[in-house]
Amino acid sequence: MRAIRAIGRPALRLTRTLGAVTLFALRGLGGIGRPAAIGRQIVQIGWLSLPVVGLTALFTGAALALQIHSGGERFQASDVVPAIVAIGMVRELGPVLGGLMVAARVASAIAAEIATMRVTEQIDALVTLSTDPVRWLVTPRLWAAILCLPVLVAVGDIIGIMGGWLVGTGSLGFTSATYIANSWAYLEPWDVTSGLLKGAVFGLIVALSGCWFGMRAGRGAAGVGRATTNAVVAAAVGILAANFVLTGLFFE
Amino acid sequence: MIELRGLTKSFGGRQVLDGVDLTIPEGQSLCVIGQSGTGKSVLLKCILGLERPDAGTVLWQGAPLDRARFMAGFGMLFQGAALFDSLSVWQNVAFRLRQRMDDRRARAVALDKLARVGLGPETAELMPAELSGGMAKRVGLARAIADDPRVIFFDEPTTGLDPIRARAIDALIRGIVTETGATAVTITHDMDSCRIIGDRVALLAGGRIAHDGPVATMGDAPALAGFLGRPAPEGAPDAG
Repeated sequence: MRAIRAIGRPALRLTRTLGAVTLFALRGLGGIGRPAAIGRQIVQIGWLSLPVVGLTALFTGAALALQIHSGGERFQASDVVPAIVAIGMVRELGPVLGGLMVAARVASAIAAEIATMRVTEQIDALVTLSTDPVRWLVTPRLWAAILCLPVLVAVGDIIGIMGGWLVGTGSLGFTSATYIANSWAYLEPWDVTSGLLKGAVFGLIVALSGCWFGMRAGRGAAGVGRATTNAVVAAAVGILAANFVLTGLFFE
Repeated sequence: MIELRGLTKSFGGRQVLDGVDLTIPEGQSLCVIGQSGTGKSVLLKCILGLERPDAGTVLWQGAPLDRARFMAGFGMLFQGAALFDSLSVWQNVAFRLRQRMDDRRARAVALDKLARVGLGPETAELMPAELSGGMAKRVGLARAIADDPRVIFFDEPTTGLDPIRARAIDALIRGIVTETGATAVTITHDMDSCRIIGDRVALLAGGRIAHDGPVATMGDAPALAGFLGRPAPEGAPDAG
């Protein structure tokens, strides 16, 4: 009986939390929001994340090319470097690493900003000014992240493939034409589309984590700190878990 | 008129409000005093609907409070002013106005309200981070009165201010309340504020209203003597 209770209590708590998060997300996505606010968030979430996502993709693509080349040499398959870099980037590494980098940068920023607003009573002030804080703060961030992440993933994919091309043509003996032709040869539209869809889901997870923990921040600086940490951890774990589920759905 | 009937609220087993009954007639300025942690701000949040009471009701004009309608008719000055960091001073003041009028008109009204609290047009474009504590309170006050509310709530309006600035804010609040005829509810533990702002004073202690009476006679109230740190006057009747 005690064992059932020990399992049941956290399971109930998890179910309640998931239900509350889902309702919160649906409320946040329930309106289109203010276009100007979404525009500002697109700059914050998308435009300002470009450098970090681009650099991550560049080095990942370059390292991937080196790894596949050295591993492929063992069974005389080093010619597959361009194709595997391209498929690996667009299907998996582009969305996942892009999502994780945005989670580190954006989930923390959103959580810190909203949590600070909470502890300084700015959220209460919104309510007293007849404004729904979810519509005002959460909706623009959710939509901006959902719109931005696929674009960031697409940019990351291209830069990642370029990273592989730089290494492939610079030190692995590929000609530029061969590398590009091999990259395209095995790449299918669904490889790219699935990665972009993953990006949209990861965008939702990142913004939702930031908003959820920000809105529930405890008191004082410690509350803001905890909200920020929880948001980043939840976003990162959420992205990895969602990636597993989506990969299973898309490719199995 | 705002009426509180048997308002009860507890947090984690700690009873903060224990059946608060209070009536605030229209046009009256009520100060709710009490020591730190006695639930003054919780009481205010229950009235505003920011906290849900465990039991009891809040009536406005004799009917259960319709939050949306009530919110549209009141203003609130928060303890830390609670100005929106990402908006300029005039945008903060005109926040509610911009929901129903264009920016040019809203800005004109905001500048007028800023002037009412003693701030010139040069402050309009400043960001909250550039304001001193006293200026932030004034901007918060301008935001509270921007839409000519019928009820204004003040949460610890002088906390964190030096005595000179505190008295200036008190005088402003008293002037605005008298001038507009608005109902005012002030949460404070500053007795000097209470004397300037209030018509009536209610002491919150032990989760209940321990005293309720006119400000003019609060010096004679035994229940307040302890709070004021003075011995209770002998034989003096409690005004509540």
